[in-house]
Amino acid sequence: MKEYWQEISALTMRWVRRLSREKFSMLFTLVQPMLFWLIFFGNLFQRAADTQVTQAPNYISFLAAGVVVMTVLNNGLAGGVDLLFDKENGFLERLMSTPIHRTSVILSRFIFVMAITSLQVLVILGVAFLFGVRPATGLLGIAAILLIGMMFGVGLTAISMAMAFSVKSHGDFFSVLGFLSLPMIFLSSALVPLAAMPGWMSFLAKFNPMTWAIDAVRPLILSGWSEALPHVGMVIVVMVIFDALCLYGGAKAFRRAMG
Amino acid sequence: MDRAIAIDVSHLSKSYGSHVAVADISFQVYAGEIFGLLGPNGAGKSTTLRTLITLLTPSSGTATVLGLDTVRDADKVRHVIGYVPQERAIDRFLTGREHLELLAALYHLPKDEAAKRIGELLKLVELESHADRPAKTYSGGMKRKLDIACGLLPDPKILFLDEPTLGLDVQSRLRIWDYVRMLKARGMTVVMTTNYLDEADQLCDRLAIIDGGRIKTLGSPVELKVGLGGDIVSVTLKESAKIPALESALKGQPAIRAVRATDKGLDIRVESPEKALPAVLEAANRLNCGVEFIQYNRPRLDDVFIAHTGRRIEETTPSKME
Ligand SMILES: Nc1ncnc2c1ncn2[C@@H]1O[C@H](COP(=O)(O)OP(=O)(O)OP(=O)(O)O)[C@@H](O)[C@H]1O
Ligand SMILES: [Mg+2]
Repeated sequence: MKEYWQEISALTMRWVRRLSREKFSMLFTLVQPMLFWLIFFGNLFQRAADTQVTQAPNYISFLAAGVVVMTVLNNGLAGGVDLLFDKENGFLERLMSTPIHRTSVILSRFIFVMAITSLQVLVILGVAFLFGVRPATGLLGIAAILLIGMMFGVGLTAISMAMAFSVKSHGDFFSVLGFLSLPMIFLSSALVPLAAMPGWMSFLAKFNPMTWAIDAVRPLILSGWSEALPHVGMVIVVMVIFDALCLYGGAKAFRRAMG
Repeated sequence: MDRAIAIDVSHLSKSYGSHVAVADISFQVYAGEIFGLLGPNGAGKSTTLRTLITLLTPSSGTATVLGLDTVRDADKVRHVIGYVPQERAIDRFLTGREHLELLAALYHLPKDEAAKRIGELLKLVELESHADRPAKTYSGGMKRKLDIACGLLPDPKILFLDEPTLGLDVQSRLRIWDYVRMLKARGMTVVMTTNYLDEADQLCDRLAIIDGGRIKTLGSPVELKVGLGGDIVSVTLKESAKIPALESALKGQPAIRAVRATDKGLDIRVESPEKALPAVLEAANRLNCGVEFIQYNRPRLDDVFIAHTGRRIEETTPSKME
């Protein structure tokens, strides 16, 4: 157990070091384009968005939940990229030829991605705060938001790692990534509530786990516990199923690649 | 020979889908020797090595390392081996020292033991003064040295090197050969792959020539060369009309194994040139054959490779990846 922990912390430290050495990418990872969504999109659509439709005092407070979950989405889907590079340049092989537990590398990646994602979510909530968005459920609500983000993030990171282990070239990886991420965003309640969508879009959006996550985060920010609790309960069930499916697929891809 | 066996490979095969990369190979590596797998691109060298270091499960057959099965006892095998992959498996953003520190943690070395070993290794591969620079600032040769230091960090009983000198300049190659010889002198068993004939010839105690996933022949470089049937003396005669006479005069002489007529003279296979050369010259003199040119060739590993695979190693084009 002590050895397992020694491995995982050394491997996690490596991800942290890499990030800190890439000053430029650190800036873009932590102060993500997501912030621009919040600031520009949020303010730009301030007048265009009908508060009757969004059911929020202003568009930016409506959008905050969407941007939080979009951050989780982007980080999660990109979570396997570093493993993809490790696989391609042989570093993964070097790691796996040492007597480490077979899950250590993957676990270190989960820990790192979850930590970075949480940090970013906090940054986004902080910036939203500067624009007057006060989470209605307070600190406990923020903890709940982080929990929901992590539950969604685990599944997404598993998908991303599964892809990293299965693709033949990293070109494939990035095309699938690009193909997944925009429809996931538009077919969710991130930008517009389901009720305001064309019927077929809101129908599809209901199958998007992202919608469930946003619909729980939004009342945590806008309304308060009584409104949020049923959604939070629901999203936990949805995410447990989502994570189970993704982890199962990820484990299969990993075993195939390492066999 | 009853030397201790370090690695025992028995009827090992590995397929990727329907593509057979390694087909039914068997060989043994003795403790304390430098064993080479020589073959062209795509021959199956890395696949064989990856199976031995437990990263691939054989499609059929077995391999044991120090008596440990590479599938059943994979974790124990990983404790006794060091591995230097074919690709420069380097993290550009980490320094040389951080690479070694990471590996030390993965081998669960205590801190002080790790620091001591890392210091020694950096000195050994002459990277001390560059140890705290990110690896992206290293030259190709420095990266390779770091690679080797990483392979040595666990102080392995058996070191696996996949094409250790691929793409290096002559000096770095010689330096790496020296390391490998020194490791052997310390009692380490080394298994390496290469597609350089001279490297196999000069460095390996024994080697297997592998082509198309099969072992074509196996033995020490000397054995393999001798196995071809001795050295060759090529004689060019002034008058080609006298070739048959000289041929029949030499056939059956004790020091001479075989005689073959060529366009301008004879190719004579001999056991030892000291005995054969005088006999050849004496016969030529006696028959009054004017000798224009005489050349003596030791068979090189080239010749061994050609004899067993039917082509030169350089002529083999990498088989396409699928
Ligand atoms: N992961 C893989 N998936 C499918 N085929 C593979 C894979 N790895 C290797 N091969 C194929 O198996 C064969 C043997 O490959 P291997 O890497 O063992 O060759 P090698 O002798 O190491 O060659 P090189 O000198 O180029 O390194 C090749 O035909 C190669 O295309
Ligand atoms: Mg190879």
